[in-house]
Amino acid sequence: MSSVALEIVDLHKSFGKLEVLRGIDLTLAEHEVVCLIGASGSGKSTLLRCVNLLEPIDSGRIVVRGEEITAPGVDVNALRRGIGIVFQSFNLFPHMSVLRNITLGPQKALGVPAADANAHADELLARFGLADKREEYPDRLSGGQQQRVAIVRALAMQPGLLLLDEVTSALDPELVAEVLEVIRELAGEGMTMLIATHEMSFARDVAHRVCFLDAGVILEEGPPEQVFGAPREPRTQQFLQRIVQAGRL
Amino acid sequence: MVGVVAFAVVNSAGWEDVKQSFFNRQEFDESFPDILSAFWLNVKIFLIAEVFILVFALVIAVLRGLPGPVFFPIRALAVVYVDLFRGVPTILVIYILGFGVPALALPGVPNEPLFWGIVSLVLVYSAYVSEVYRAGIDSVHPSQAAAARSLGLTHGQALRFVVVPQAVRRVIPPLLNDFIGLQKDTALVALLGVVEAFRQSQIDVAGSFNYTPYIATAIIFIALTVPMARFTDWLIARDKRRQQAGRLA
Repeated sequence: MSSVALEIVDLHKSFGKLEVLRGIDLTLAEHEVVCLIGASGSGKSTLLRCVNLLEPIDSGRIVVRGEEITAPGVDVNALRRGIGIVFQSFNLFPHMSVLRNITLGPQKALGVPAADANAHADELLARFGLADKREEYPDRLSGGQQQRVAIVRALAMQPGLLLLDEVTSALDPELVAEVLEVIRELAGEGMTMLIATHEMSFARDVAHRVCFLDAGVILEEGPPEQVFGAPREPRTQQFLQRIVQAGRL
Repeated sequence: MVGVVAFAVVNSAGWEDVKQSFFNRQEFDESFPDILSAFWLNVKIFLIAEVFILVFALVIAVLRGLPGPVFFPIRALAVVYVDLFRGVPTILVIYILGFGVPALALPGVPNEPLFWGIVSLVLVYSAYVSEVYRAGIDSVHPSQAAAARSLGLTHGQALRFVVVPQAVRRVIPPLLNDFIGLQKDTALVALLGVVEAFRQSQIDVAGSFNYTPYIATAIIFIALTVPMARFTDWLIARDKRRQQAGRLA
């Protein structure tokens, strides 16, 4: 792990009077996988949306591969092309086939010719066991398949950084595994990922580093063995205890 | 209820006279072919106006939704336009434009009443239809636009490929409803002396002092608007079925 993929410095974000992020500092090296854990409302999703500039930030800096994306006058569209995001609710385009969902970005935002975009999409679909779904519409797919298509859609842009926002939270339990498997595979290939998740055992397996978010700050971070095995902060201990009681770890 | 009204009408003191002057078989047969051929002009007015309304109204709706403070003047203009043309009675717009603009004798500007009649209908109905479009655009969940933007698509591309296609599908029934109104209002162009169905029936009435041609005109209008209304009902029912099917899936 060498160069820096993402650097977040003293990030603040409020919605009205509610300060959701209260000074986040976080650095990701290239090929690093970092999991954000924490209770609902701790700011995980907001943090990811800020990194993709879907939410304007109030103060602080976000630097992606040496380029400060929060600087004024930055080309937001160009920047987003290099950062993939996958949402909890899939957000596939319901009026487009699976193939079109995947090729829209490359064709319209990157200007890739249709034939090349289709070929690349077919390659990705085949790789993730979705080749027979290319002509289907999203509402004909299971939740797990939809989320895998959404991941493929993000990958088709060949992003240098992938943000995953609780991508299994909207899935039926039996569909979670197939999506996590895809993410494991990406981690194995060295994709740089920032993952907000409630799947603790997955986070323990896949993450190089785990960050515990509490009330808008990163309260504790470290290797998964340390955060899950011997959490220092009482808040982290409490949170993990509740997770264990719920049978999720 | 209908029977009671019919009974009251048929047994009223003036029924014999009214029957003679509104429901005269011979007058009907004589005037019907003239009115029907004049009605083709209504159909033409309708079709030409409809094409322009569909395009122009969408432009207004999109301008009204432009983000950011930079576009405030454009948004404000769009609002003023909609307020103005929804507020002024159609009949006044037709009088003002149809008699006013040709009187200016501007070089290069058409002065046919038919032209200005169509322009008036386009202006008035675009204001209504833009609101229908806007409701459709607002009904598409923001997460769809977010997903499109996250792929690096511009605001315009996100609208064009993702938001507007979904919005238009949802508003087809209310759009058709407005077009039923437009179909009827093509008769208002008669005020400028254009010989369409209503004007033709006025001419026939003036020649015979018998009002049967009005009934003939009404029948012709109904013959076109009723199928449109049933078609709209069918579309609404179909959408409802699809939504329910989607919810079950």
